[in-house]
Amino acid sequence: MLQTRALTKSFTLHLRGGLRMPVLSGVDLDVRAGECVVLSGPSGTGKSTLMRSLYGNYRAESGSILVRHAGEMVDIAAADPRTILAVRHETLGYVSQFLRVVPRVPALDVVAEVLLTRGIDQDTARETARSLLLRLNIPSRLHAIPPATFSGGEQQRVNLARGFIANHPILLLDEPTASLDAENRAVVVQMVRDAKAKGTAIVAICHDADVRDVIADRLFTMSPYQDAA
Amino acid sequence: MTEPTLLSGRGLNLKFGSITALSDVDVDLWPGEMLAIVGESGSGKTTLLNVLSGRLVPDNGVVWYREPDDRLHDVHAMPAPVLRTLHRSDWGFVHQDPRQNLRMTVSAGGNVGERLMARGARHYGDIRATALGWLEQVEIDANRIDDLPRTFSGGMLQRLQIARTLVTHPRLVFMDEPTGGLDVSVQARLLDLIRSLVTRLRIAVVLVTHDIAVARLLAHRIAVMQRGRIVETGLTDQVLDDPRHPYTQLLVSSVLSA
Amino acid sequence: MKGYNFAYLDEQTKRMIRRGLLKAVAIPGHQVPFGSREMPLPYGWGTGGIQVTASILGSDDVLKVIDQGADDTTNAVSIRRFFARTAGVATTTATAEATVIQTRHRIPEKQLREDQIIVYQVPQPEPLFRLESSRVETKRMHGLSDYGLMHVKLYEDISRFGQISISYDYPVMVNERYLMSPSPIPAFDNPKMDMMPALQLFGAGREKRIYAIPPWTRVKSLDFDDHPFRTINASHPCGLCGATDSYLDEVVVDNHGGRLFVCSDTDHCAERRAAGHVGADGFREAAE
Repeated sequence: MLQTRALTKSFTLHLRGGLRMPVLSGVDLDVRAGECVVLSGPSGTGKSTLMRSLYGNYRAESGSILVRHAGEMVDIAAADPRTILAVRHETLGYVSQFLRVVPRVPALDVVAEVLLTRGIDQDTARETARSLLLRLNIPSRLHAIPPATFSGGEQQRVNLARGFIANHPILLLDEPTASLDAENRAVVVQMVRDAKAKGTAIVAICHDADVRDVIADRLFTMSPYQDAA
Repeated sequence: MTEPTLLSGRGLNLKFGSITALSDVDVDLWPGEMLAIVGESGSGKTTLLNVLSGRLVPDNGVVWYREPDDRLHDVHAMPAPVLRTLHRSDWGFVHQDPRQNLRMTVSAGGNVGERLMARGARHYGDIRATALGWLEQVEIDANRIDDLPRTFSGGMLQRLQIARTLVTHPRLVFMDEPTGGLDVSVQARLLDLIRSLVTRLRIAVVLVTHDIAVARLLAHRIAVMQRGRIVETGLTDQVLDDPRHPYTQLLVSSVLSA
Repeated sequence: MKGYNFAYLDEQTKRMIRRGLLKAVAIPGHQVPFGSREMPLPYGWGTGGIQVTASILGSDDVLKVIDQGADDTTNAVSIRRFFARTAGVATTTATAEATVIQTRHRIPEKQLREDQIIVYQVPQPEPLFRLESSRVETKRMHGLSDYGLMHVKLYEDISRFGQISISYDYPVMVNERYLMSPSPIPAFDNPKMDMMPALQLFGAGREKRIYAIPPWTRVKSLDFDDHPFRTINASHPCGLCGATDSYLDEVVVDNHGGRLFVCSDTDHCAERRAAGHVGADGFREAAE
């Protein structure tokens, strides 16, 4: 489902006089359908960078990122913007660490929007969003309110709903349980299990050891500037 | 594999006397996508917008527009009547100052209905109903349909301009700093409105803005301009999260966040 | 008359105006600029119409001049006498006998024939005048047939008054191409312009424009499908001849609020009375 080969990424900070910061060097990663791979390693080893590179958010310096999209393998590292948008729309989902807040849009619609762009009618989209939010313990009274005023944990749960609702075949999760209490952590764990059962390939970053142990099929350990499969 | 573009500029150059406004600019726009052109004052972004929309003629270079039937037209080689018709139907232009695009002595309904009438709409009742529908879509109270724009606030004027522009369901809309000069809360409302209308109606938009946050919110792709050149282009999140060009890095790091 | 050319204008000027007229006839409804001359009466008194008439008049022509439908107002009389003196042409008040009819603000009730020419006096040839002050812009609008603005004005009327409120100088589309001002004739007269057998010429002296409608040309008054153009017949018949379908003038007859409604077209009224029609107030006129 997802495969990186010799993925390399560094940053050049022009504002610091062109300081070059290498982060990823020759990363080879394989993820199969129904499998959850958790990126592990100390801070600063590029876990987030790798995840963002998989999503096409960070542009790879060299190497390839192959993703199974519409029956073909598409190289995110080489694809044009339109293709990446298409892959993100249909195949690749991403739950970031923080919800990017859009003014004025109620929580329900923040989540339902994802389905609307897939051509699902508004009522069905809203209904699906509603049940997912409820599953994540966001009560109905919050559904009509824009999430800007929500707590960190509530925002993260809206973010999660948004990420899971579209049933992408590949899912990238960046600290999915970070701001959550035990009950909600359990909900997320179950959602990950359900996704895996459907054949979703998952790559996750998770510092919470308990959650990690439950959801990970495999750990992918990263160390500074180097990587081993 | 890649679908054909809706609008493409190639090799665009334009100088105003000794000042280089555009230098070898290539730009593409696909159907249904929003492209933000960002840059600071003097970057050439508005000039680029005007060249792409046929309002300014470049010194050299070409702008291609693809009709629904797949025919390609050189925007600057089009006869004036054809370009004018295009601007009144399939294209739209939202100005920073809504007064430039509204008839201040004509009622809100008349303003919204004008493009329909210019296209041959001849049923008063239908025109009025369509205008009412659009006022609702841009969240202007239906009771204001016969009011003169003189009595509208800045945000309302801008929303009226948007209704007037979108009434003919254009495929392509050019926007020049549509939220410039508006209060923050008014901006938020307007941005949300633009976002939902453009997504729902699948309109392609070229948006010029100096406000990166607006680009982040609205645009799929972004082009960063500096002194007449496009220095970086890509998906909005790519360019803003992983800026590569020194100028882009400067721009992104300069943004204040609340 | 000594010292003046036939019909006052020199031949070169007439030629220039005729060239303009030919262009105008070739492009129905399109405004053609012309070198308007100094005439022996001020702007606003029909100098455009006079120049057109002067250019087309021949010694065999029979001229009728009306002002607001009447042959006997000061202006009509003056202009008729002007041409009688400078051209020596025969003049008449009978519409049927005229070959050239110069008019201000009315079209005669009697249908005109193919062998007749009607010349309108026009104060403001630009139909978009009040809506768009830039001449550059109106020229572009005419050139591109971009007339949405005119319909916006009609829309505004309906939204404000429930109906189109233009009662004279009602804009028309000529030959389905050009928006034209018919001159300040009442909207009542507009239908007469459509497919008129006579040649219609328009002269604006102050604004220096000529335009024309060739015979048998479509002239359509602007409207909306659900607010169609309609003429309104007066609720009174003519007090003198009893006509129910002509355009009426309201005449105050005394200091006690007494009023009389009479045909604006004096020739039409006279003809009807000569044929024996009598209106309710007809006996009163005969008595006075």
